[in-house]
Amino acid sequence: MTASISTDQVTGSGPVPGSALHGTAQRRQRALRLPRSPKIIAGLAMLASFVLLSIIGPLVAPYSPDRIFANSPVPLAPSAAHWLGTTSLQQDVFSQLLVGGGDMLLVAFIAGVIATALSVVVGVTAGYLGGLADDLLSMLANIFLVMPALPLLVILFGFLGKTGSDDLFLIGFIISITGWAWGARVLRAQTLSLRNRDYVDSARIIGERGSRIIFAEILPNLTPIVASSFLFTVLYAIGTYSAMAFLGLVNPNWSWGGILYYAQVNNAELSGYWWWYIPPGIAIALLGTALVLLNFGIDEFINPRLRAAGLTRRSGGRRGTRTRRSQQFALTPVIRGPEPSAVLAQGATPAVLAPGTPAVLTRRATPATTGEGGQA
Amino acid sequence: MLVIARRLFFYLVTAAVAISLDFLIPRLIPGNPVDAILAKMQGVTITPAIIHALDLQFGVNTSASLWGQYTHFWNNVLHGNFGVSSANSFEPVSTVIRQALPYTLGLVGLATLISFLLGTAIGAVVAWKRGSWLDNLLPVVTFFQAAPYFFLAFLAIDVFAITLGWFPPSRAANATDFPAFTWTYLSDVLDHAVLPALTIVVASAAGWIVGMRNVMLTTMDEDYVLIAAAKGLRKGRVIWYAARNAILPSVSGFALAIGFIVSGALLTEIVFSYPGLGSLLLQAVSNNDYELMQGLFLIITFTVLAANLIADFVYVFLDPRTRQEA
Repeated sequence: MTASISTDQVTGSGPVPGSALHGTAQRRQRALRLPRSPKIIAGLAMLASFVLLSIIGPLVAPYSPDRIFANSPVPLAPSAAHWLGTTSLQQDVFSQLLVGGGDMLLVAFIAGVIATALSVVVGVTAGYLGGLADDLLSMLANIFLVMPALPLLVILFGFLGKTGSDDLFLIGFIISITGWAWGARVLRAQTLSLRNRDYVDSARIIGERGSRIIFAEILPNLTPIVASSFLFTVLYAIGTYSAMAFLGLVNPNWSWGGILYYAQVNNAELSGYWWWYIPPGIAIALLGTALVLLNFGIDEFINPRLRAAGLTRRSGGRRGTRTRRSQQFALTPVIRGPEPSAVLAQGATPAVLAPGTPAVLTRRATPATTGEGGQA
Repeated sequence: MLVIARRLFFYLVTAAVAISLDFLIPRLIPGNPVDAILAKMQGVTITPAIIHALDLQFGVNTSASLWGQYTHFWNNVLHGNFGVSSANSFEPVSTVIRQALPYTLGLVGLATLISFLLGTAIGAVVAWKRGSWLDNLLPVVTFFQAAPYFFLAFLAIDVFAITLGWFPPSRAANATDFPAFTWTYLSDVLDHAVLPALTIVVASAAGWIVGMRNVMLTTMDEDYVLIAAAKGLRKGRVIWYAARNAILPSVSGFALAIGFIVSGALLTEIVFSYPGLGSLLLQAVSNNDYELMQGLFLIITFTVLAANLIADFVYVFLDPRTRQEA
């Protein structure tokens, strides 16, 4: 691997000029590198099983979720017949759980797509155009960031009434209205920093059209941030959809927030009916954890310094010493634009360098490569 | 002080946008809210005056122009007149909210403060001891971050209130207590606040922990931290130097977080039947009490903006660079 290849992955400030020009070999290399992080693998695996569950869930559910088994107001604890017990209406909780995942994932996905599209349009436009357009768009994003979402959603869904409470697309759309601003802000900041890079300047000088500069030069380098903002919005939408169902603002159906709504209405937490509220709560939390893990993975991809923990863990029993030593050595390579040979020399002690390499050292290609290689 | 003036202007604009949204949403969304309210109000004597007031509030059956309605709406808001709450026997919305607001301010405000201080401290330590067993805290913290607040509230009630019986499961004080500044009453209020506050702290601290850890990891690589360590300063002092600088993004990120936390905290209040704004939200939703919803939206937004302004003051106090700019 040459030094120029790994420059972009090492800088803390995100993608760097050269990466727009990289060849297929490097692209393949990058695609392979991403899933190596244990966080990304765990997150992807969890997310995939949730998606799978939501698809086959309704098919494998042992009963229909609204089938009433007996005429007793007391929920039954888990048994062989009802793996997760029954509700106070004597419906099977396990079946409700299996059926309810699909709606939630669909709403979250719709909201994520719409909000991400909005945030890319607003963020990149603001960052690229600058001036008054930037001021106004940034202000719009900041207003939506500061305004508390829950009461706003309450009046939106409240006035929509019953017409809006069943339409999953509409629900996703409304959630996205309150969820796009964060992504727009992050994308604007990154666009702003990319706009003045040399490679964008040169594209402008050779007379490329604005649209081409945005789509071919800037957007590809925003990909990790777009991905992270998409995951963030999906996470937000899951929480929000659960909250809306929990409040009874949208039709609770059997969505996980809806199961919690019924559990709360029937005082499950006061009566110790744990099998009724724990499974949907854990399911939401695990789905969220999967997304957060993926986001952590992407964050570490963008800013490798956050990866420190993973690197030291591999170094076995001497974690403490290694970390401390890395801090002592960190001063040595603080030379702006170091000689490649100097960097190579530092590369001789990879475990020492990798965790605590300072920000100024943007060209420390070799040590980081070693670190990457070690991760395989 | 230029920074503060600029922020103040931004918050005023945000408040104006919130008021305008509050006015526009009922008029843009199809359907007649007045009919919905009246349908819910069966059994209550409804005078023509009430119907007229509702019509005016939502712009139904009125000959006034949209602009005329808008200025009228502003006039009402500026005079603290948010209409009447149909779920509370047509008491003024401002009165209904005023009774609940202190509970939410006390509970959510205190819990947020505790969670910020605790989370930031833990985040700093986790970053300092990176690579140690403390890193295992992160997945746990992530799980709590991803779990809905109200689910954690369920757990807290079941475990600590019902199974262990350590704390009361609901309400803000015993029904028999008379509100007064006596020790019995105040300790009762505290006793009731512990579980909901704990839930909010556990659920929201995760964000501060992760945020602080990430900034702290970057700050620890700064030369001045290394030099402080090289000089042989005590470890606590070195951490303090790094943490002082790493905390700034957390303070400025307060604006983004507070909206989330307030939303989650309001849902927590519902689970604990805490008599704050959250319970009012639920009441408004289940009774189609639109005027209460609108009033709550404005009051909660104004409160959040005020909290942001305070955070800005703290930021200016903490970071001398912002003071020099003016």
